[in-house]
Amino acid sequence: MKFLLVEDNIELANAVSARLQIDGHVIDHADKIEDAMAFMQTGEYDLILLDIMLPDGDGRTFLKHHRSGKNDTPVIVLTARSQVSDRISLLDLGADDYMTKPFDHEELQARCRAVLRRNAGHAQSITELGGVSLDPVAGRLSIGARAVTLRNRELRLLELLINAPGQIFSKAKLADRLFSYDEDVSENAIEVYIGRLRKHLEPSELRITTLRGLGYRLDHE
Amino acid sequence: MSDTVNVSGSLRARLSLTLIGSAAAIAVLLFFVVRTYAAQIAQSGQDNILEASVTSILDAATLRDSGVEVDFPYVAFSMLNTEADDRVFYAIWQDETLLSGYELLPVADAPDGGDIVHVSAQFDGAAVRVATAARILVGANARNRVTVSVAQTQDALAGTLNKISRNVGLIGAGFFALSVLVASWATNTAIRPLERLTHSITRRGPKDLSPVARPVPSEMAPLVTSLNSFMARLDTSLKQSEDFIAEAAHRVRTPLATVRSHAEATLQRVEREDNRQALRSMVRAIDESSRAAGQLLDHAMITFRADHLETEPLDLVDLVEDLVTRLTPVAEMKDIALTVISGGKVSIEADSILLQNALSNLVENALKYAPEESEITLEVFDVPRPRVEVRDEGPGFPPDQMHELAARFSRGENAKDTIGSGLGLTIAQDVATAHGGELTLTNLSEGGACVTFLL
Repeated sequence: MKFLLVEDNIELANAVSARLQIDGHVIDHADKIEDAMAFMQTGEYDLILLDIMLPDGDGRTFLKHHRSGKNDTPVIVLTARSQVSDRISLLDLGADDYMTKPFDHEELQARCRAVLRRNAGHAQSITELGGVSLDPVAGRLSIGARAVTLRNRELRLLELLINAPGQIFSKAKLADRLFSYDEDVSENAIEVYIGRLRKHLEPSELRITTLRGLGYRLDHE
Repeated sequence: MSDTVNVSGSLRARLSLTLIGSAAAIAVLLFFVVRTYAAQIAQSGQDNILEASVTSILDAATLRDSGVEVDFPYVAFSMLNTEADDRVFYAIWQDETLLSGYELLPVADAPDGGDIVHVSAQFDGAAVRVATAARILVGANARNRVTVSVAQTQDALAGTLNKISRNVGLIGAGFFALSVLVASWATNTAIRPLERLTHSITRRGPKDLSPVARPVPSEMAPLVTSLNSFMARLDTSLKQSEDFIAEAAHRVRTPLATVRSHAEATLQRVEREDNRQALRSMVRAIDESSRAAGQLLDHAMITFRADHLETEPLDLVDLVEDLVTRLTPVAEMKDIALTVISGGKVSIEADSILLQNALSNLVENALKYAPEESEITLEVFDVPRPRVEVRDEGPGFPPDQMHELAARFSRGENAKDTIGSGLGLTIAQDVATAHGGELTLTNLSEGGACVTFLL
């Protein structure tokens, strides 16, 4: 997916970009409203991540402008304020969702998916591999004519594997992506999800290989 | 609010007492002035008749050889007839000799020229008014001084005076009663702008610090001017502290977000378990501090707003559905389904911001404890009172701690591994109480916790 990140703090922008790139997203970064508007004129984005306090004005001004221009690219606001009234006025101004800094990237992606689902038809970032087609926004896995809707964790696990076929993922690494940091996760839980995915992928050419002591890998037969 | 104002007297009492007191003084003064004047007029009436009587007797006195003869006319006494049958006394003296009448009747010294002297005196056990005049009769070889006194009791006069007093008294009392009415009307009129100002200030929302625009009487203008400038200063300092908090939050949360993003990204790259463990605890610490800060701010705001609820009519089902839309992405991460059950619109009067905050705290709480791939149900009821039940399929509340759970900062013992400052239930309880409702915690017989938010 292609993101426009509007954030004046370079450090944070770099960190967020780095994290999003790991999942294969493309990020353009604007550090002020003026630049953000310029980016919007030249590029097409699936989603805008917008900071509220910007050097050349309030992010809300950008939102108002963005919405008046009939541009329907969804916007998720990243705010450092956590006052409830602030959240509400953000949604009134046309933000599709908001997150309070510091935020969980898994949650950010979950919110992105939810926002994109609501704005159906906009983003089509379907991944295809070995006769399998995965629509991460709808959570839909199609193999030939057969389609199933994956549970959220199954989807996230498959997304990880399908975006890096042949790469080995350790159980711990997968657990960190699938479960929140405050959850007590046994590595058996990963096995459960791997087992389910194997079942879903049975009719396809994709196989999940267990490498004893190392982890899992997605192979294309 | 627990502060009391140091009250000294009352403007209303002061104003009414002054007005009523002056009215009473004026009424009493009026009574005495009118009564004295009336007494004077009545007295001079009696004096005139007595004078006529004395003069007519004196005119009838003639000097004969044998001495002074007085053949006084009948009219001299008949003119003194009164309704009250006042008694009349007289005495006629020739020099020092009593010619006729009552010897003991008090006689005043009258000048010789016939001028009449009036005195009040006691005679025969009654108050009398005496008129006396003297004349010198000069004969061939005699020169006699004739003195005539006519006295009359004052029963009729007293009767008239009593009648006048009673009437004047009634008029005075009527005047007083009217004054009391006018005083209370005047007091109310004078106090009303003050009450209106008080009302318009009391009715304001917690954030309304705009100047008073309502016109006020000129005497109140200095008060309103200083009130307005006070509120302007308060508004400025509130805005400054709001900006300061926002700026401070921005300054703190942005680097935290940087650290968290880096930690998450690094976690994808490092392999050694001890490094990964360190990164995980970094993320956990950041989450804990930011959530605690957020909930403390929310709690402070709720405590502030609870005193001045900004209620509006809203549909509780709508509000719950909005909330569920907002929290669904978080629930999906654990494959938890959020379900809303309702039987149609539930209209309530409530502070939507507080309600949203309270309910989202309850759902976030449930999300923390509910097992993955389970269901959290939000059921909205209309009768007997509007309420929302949040039910999960988690471990439920520890039975021995249920009553303490909603207390500030207390966390259930089975919550060891879940991030949260424990303010969530406290916030929800405060919001319920502020709306006249309550929060109850129960465990479901089939397992799981149930929180009832009653409005």
